[in-house]
Amino acid sequence: MPEPQPQAAATAPPLPPAVVLRELTRRFGDFTAVNRVSLEVTRGEIFGFLGPNGAGKSTTIRMLCGILPPTSGSGSVAGFDIASQSEQIKKQIGYMSQKFSLYEDLTVEENIDFYSGIYRIPGAKKRERKEWVIEMAGLADRRGARTATLSGGWKQRLALGCAILHEPPIVFLDEPTSGVDPVSRRSFWELIYRLAGAGVTIFVTTHYLEEAECCDRLGFIFGGELIALGSPAELKKGFPGEIVALECERPFEVLKRVEALPGVRQATLFGAGLHLTVDRAETLIPALREALPDLEVHLERIAPSLEDLFVSFMEARTG
Amino acid sequence: MKLKRVRAIAHKEFLHVLRDWRSLGIGIAIPVLMLFLFGYALTLDVDRVPLVVWDQSATPQSRTLVDAFKASRYFTMLPAVSDYREVERSIASRRAEIALVIPVDFAGKVAAGRAVAVQAILDGSDSNVASFALGYAEAVVGGYSQQVTVAAASRLGLPVSGALLKVEPRVWFNTDMESRNYIFPGLIAIVMMVIAALLTSLTFAREWEVGTMEQLIATPVTGGELILGKLIPYFAIGMFDLVLSVLVAEFVFHIPMRGELWLVFASSSIFMVGALSLGMLISIVTKSQFLASQIALVATMLPAFLLSGFVFPIANMPYPIQVFTHIVTARYFVVLLRGIYLKGLGLGHLYGETLFLAGFAVLILALSHLKFKKKIV
Ligand SMILES: Nc1ncnc2c1ncn2[C@@H]1O[C@H](COP(=O)(O)OP(=O)(O)O)[C@@H](O)[C@H]1O
Ligand SMILES: [Mg+2]
Repeated sequence: MPEPQPQAAATAPPLPPAVVLRELTRRFGDFTAVNRVSLEVTRGEIFGFLGPNGAGKSTTIRMLCGILPPTSGSGSVAGFDIASQSEQIKKQIGYMSQKFSLYEDLTVEENIDFYSGIYRIPGAKKRERKEWVIEMAGLADRRGARTATLSGGWKQRLALGCAILHEPPIVFLDEPTSGVDPVSRRSFWELIYRLAGAGVTIFVTTHYLEEAECCDRLGFIFGGELIALGSPAELKKGFPGEIVALECERPFEVLKRVEALPGVRQATLFGAGLHLTVDRAETLIPALREALPDLEVHLERIAPSLEDLFVSFMEARTG
Repeated sequence: MKLKRVRAIAHKEFLHVLRDWRSLGIGIAIPVLMLFLFGYALTLDVDRVPLVVWDQSATPQSRTLVDAFKASRYFTMLPAVSDYREVERSIASRRAEIALVIPVDFAGKVAAGRAVAVQAILDGSDSNVASFALGYAEAVVGGYSQQVTVAAASRLGLPVSGALLKVEPRVWFNTDMESRNYIFPGLIAIVMMVIAALLTSLTFAREWEVGTMEQLIATPVTGGELILGKLIPYFAIGMFDLVLSVLVAEFVFHIPMRGELWLVFASSSIFMVGALSLGMLISIVTKSQFLASQIALVATMLPAFLLSGFVFPIANMPYPIQVFTHIVTARYFVVLLRGIYLKGLGLGHLYGETLFLAGFAVLILALSHLKFKKKIV
């Protein structure tokens, strides 16, 4: 199966970075949805834009796609300015909005044909791309089905297919897997890897941390501000302090007791136990055993996960 | 403007219409319903008025007059009566709407060439019926008196002058005395106006509400392509409605067509583009299906019904309102269709209205293009 081709050729002059944001800001009235965000995404990268609901992910992605004018700051996509050259950008990108946005009353094939027409894909190529999308989305048996009758995972794969029919070098995906079952989510990420493997730059927002682990680099946005940027490994290395995992019965009661202990900066419920952020695990583990003589606890120093990281960022921000 | 995109949009929009019974209803069922409903209800004619005659003269002269009434399709003759009380009873019981009393000296006066009055008694409780019935009666009597005058003049060897022959029928606005002929072309105009704006008022708003517009505006498609692409299928529906209207006019209501059919279609095309664009403009500005359809209804239906001259003559309106009617596009379309249908007018007489409609269409299209932004908020 043909894959989307990267634009870069060995002899071509170096391409401008895929995405650049400089102090990018968007206000709605008095409310600042995106506050002076600066970052850069290089070509061929899978960049994950992470943050809780209302953090400003969609607002950022809309500005980058040229459908929402920024209030201040600047940005460029494929070298085109997002404020003044948005129409050039729209030729270079594929965009999958957060809300499912294909025509539900049209069939799978009719939706694909419509976007083929919009992107003016020439006749022979058109058939080839259509088969590619149908194969990629696993919709060979459903090509005549109304889109409304498809399940979430299929819809999302079809939406991705329609967004990349024209083989754009840069793709923006806004929470592409929200509300989709885990199996479909995994197969969606396989598609993302397939695209990235072909040299496509992927800018994807998510609030699933296990998806964030799959990205080459991450930006963490919270309350409209970018508060962390780097690869998952770099981010974890930069974690201030160490993590101790504590397994016990009734962790909620234990939480209150350990929070007050000196050397414990932060304690959070984590799965069936607790994660404690501490200055030095080596000294704290014996201290904990002493402080909880009545309990049977299992204590272990672990490497921080992305979740530990973002919980600590968010705690630090909100106080 | 890329043809391929326009084609893709038109095709997609056409599929929406085919698969949405609401659009199909608005597009086809409602216009047909309106044509029939108003075609039957909005006729101002009073047909076959029940008439009772008290012929006190009972002479060949008076019988000629009664026969003239019998021959008229506007009256139904009830059995003759022979006294005043029976006349009263017929009117009071509403069996007759009009009673005709021919005086005893009728024949003598006619023979002597003197003026003679025939009394008409009418049920004034329905003043419309009464005034129409009286109008018809005057027309019949007028026809009779013309015959008598001509006969008398030729008997006396006088030259029959043109003036003597001029009997003006009271009901003169259309020669067949059928108000439906007058109403129906206007009705077609009104139906087209309302349907066209309603249909397109949903298109842009629906895409904004459902979220498909966000996807579309992130592609290289242009506003012009979207507007044109969305116009095409609704234009086709509008023209289909026009064909239906013309067929209903011809075969159901037998409206005579004195002008040229192609002119009806040509002027309707121009009008249709303007009306469709108006719906689209409303849709683009409001971004809400509910609001857009309400505004489209109010902005087209009310002026089209009240201010187009369709039912209420513009000349009878207060002056400021008369001035206002100049911006009601339906007014020009009503004039156009009536001119073509009733008077058989050609482009030579109608270019003013046609130009206005074309100008309106261009203006609204330009505004729609200006107002459509490929941006959220
Ligand atoms: N068009 C808008 N008008 C007003 N406020 C908006 C608009 N779009 C987004 N917001 C607000 O901006 C904030 C960020 O929204 P969004 O970017 O959608 O967050 P996320 O995608 O990270 O969940 C939210 O508080 C949202 O209510
Ligand atoms: Mg969002």
